Amino acid sequence: MSETPHIDIDYVANLARLDMTDAEKAKLGTQLDDILGYFDKLNAVDVDGVEPMAHAHRVFNVWREGDQPGETYAPEVLTKMAPESRDNQVVVPKVVE
Amino acid sequence: MSDLHFKTISELAAMLAAGETTSVEITQAVIDRTAAVDAQVKAFLSTDAEDALAQAKASDERRAAGKALGPLDGIPIGIKDTLAVKDQPLRCASKMLENYVSPFDATCIVKLREAGAVIWGRLNMDEFAMGSSTENSAYQTTANPWDLETIPGGSSGGSAAAMAAGEAIATLGTDTGGSIRQPAALCGVVGMKPTYGLISRYGLVAFASSLDQVGPFARTVEDAAILMEAMLGKDDLDSTSIAPQGETNYAAALKEKKGPWKLGVPQEFFGEGIDPEVKANIEKAIDWYKSQGCEIVDISLPHSELAVPVYYIVATAEASSNLARFDGVRYSHRSEEAKDAMALFTKSRGEGFGDEVKRRIILGTYVLSSGYYDAYYLRAQKVRRLILGDFEKAFEQVDAILTPTSPTPAFKRGERADDPLAMYLSDVYTISVNLAGLPAISVPSGFTESGLPIGLQVIGKAFGEADMFAVANAFEKAHDYAQQTPKL
Repeated sequence: MSETPHIDIDYVANLARLDMTDAEKAKLGTQLDDILGYFDKLNAVDVDGVEPMAHAHRVFNVWREGDQPGETYAPEVLTKMAPESRDNQVVVPKVVE
Repeated sequence: MSDLHFKTISELAAMLAAGETTSVEITQAVIDRTAAVDAQVKAFLSTDAEDALAQAKASDERRAAGKALGPLDGIPIGIKDTLAVKDQPLRCASKMLENYVSPFDATCIVKLREAGAVIWGRLNMDEFAMGSSTENSAYQTTANPWDLETIPGGSSGGSAAAMAAGEAIATLGTDTGGSIRQPAALCGVVGMKPTYGLISRYGLVAFASSLDQVGPFARTVEDAAILMEAMLGKDDLDSTSIAPQGETNYAAALKEKKGPWKLGVPQEFFGEGIDPEVKANIEKAIDWYKSQGCEIVDISLPHSELAVPVYYIVATAEASSNLARFDGVRYSHRSEEAKDAMALFTKSRGEGFGDEVKRRIILGTYVLSSGYYDAYYLRAQKVRRLILGDFEKAFEQVDAILTPTSPTPAFKRGERADDPLAMYLSDVYTISVNLAGLPAISVPSGFTESGLPIGLQVIGKAFGEADMFAVANAFEKAHDYAQQTPKL
């Protein structure tokens, strides 16, 4: 990590597929740099040989009993939630030129 | 019938069993109370009185036919806006889900219905459960019923405020870094976060999946225990849910277990940043346990001060991934400006998410991005294990740990709105519990001179809910803080 951590917001916002105004970016930039500075506390800890922890309990493979056919939603129940739908399909802008 | 809305589940269950009241009467009392005070408190985003009364009527008919289901049958329970209830709005207090209506019930809701509970209303919260004051709701700011100028805590601020104001008999919240316990403390009610995995997360809108847990708000520890018994259990729909281990008849057990216990007090929780009134109050609570014959053990949780940075790396990383599903395609807000697929994603997300959610998505994306993953995310996961190790070591010596729930009482609205780091530090005493996956409960422990509630946190061993409830119950029964109600 560099001495003064800094986030390139345009780069990260693009990764996150998130549109932000210039005003939002300016405000966020200062706040995030403060927060990253606070994260630097972690660099003082010796973590050599420590196993990373992703989950509270030691749970390994979770097996299901085998697929049991159950009830499913009628297509219109799900497509009616979409901002735009037609003939039980979700409508989106053209994706292929 | 006066003040039914301020009674406990166990009191109402006894009255219902004795034929002294009906579920319709209780539910109507809660509806009337909400109509009277919610313009001030603003705990609810929406209510459906007709639906609640229909459930209440069904409960009364069950009881009349001799088929009453147990202590929750006929009890109105308010639900945080992040849990799915069939045919009710599920907005997570976000514009992103403004028009979403849930097609199914969350597993915890299914279980409450099986126990006969009346599912009541949608409670306000910080957008997508990100916040500690409920000021991040896209719809309204909830007030703390003890002082309407202050915040109720968050993110489950609506669930806590509704309890303090008598707008439900119990409520559900969710706790990722303290979002049940901190608002419970600030609003003077009981709030409990279970061992990770004890309650299914199916139907809970995911924020940080390795930390999120559903839990109850209640007027008493016993009521929280009754709710936990109804909701716990392994669920095929959530692969991280776990079959309960050890004692789970909590409500019966808390009456039998009388201590004395060995109780740990971590010095790290009484240092910099704690309000002097909170400190004095919690020390008094610890003295009370001592006077009852409990052995108070000084313990150390040396990595505690790293819990906040670890949390804000792990939680934002998970959130940035979980919130990728809100893409404007299938069910969330869609920008009218979007003319191509990429703009559909970026503009819909830009318009649909509020400031704090954007802040966390950017932070989470950054700590997972190429070149920074090892320095932030991987390192945070390693320190997370050290934090768990601190607790495991402490629990070799003690039965439960006592700490303040929040470093300060409720703060004024707007006070920390532009200082995210100060807001993040509101959760400094609750966050490490989520990282370690442990159960903890906040129980009212008194008031500041200006009349704001303070909460005592009791942390238990993993799956040690029975002991944790008993320790908290002993304190509650010896004091009258939980019976006090705000003037509205």
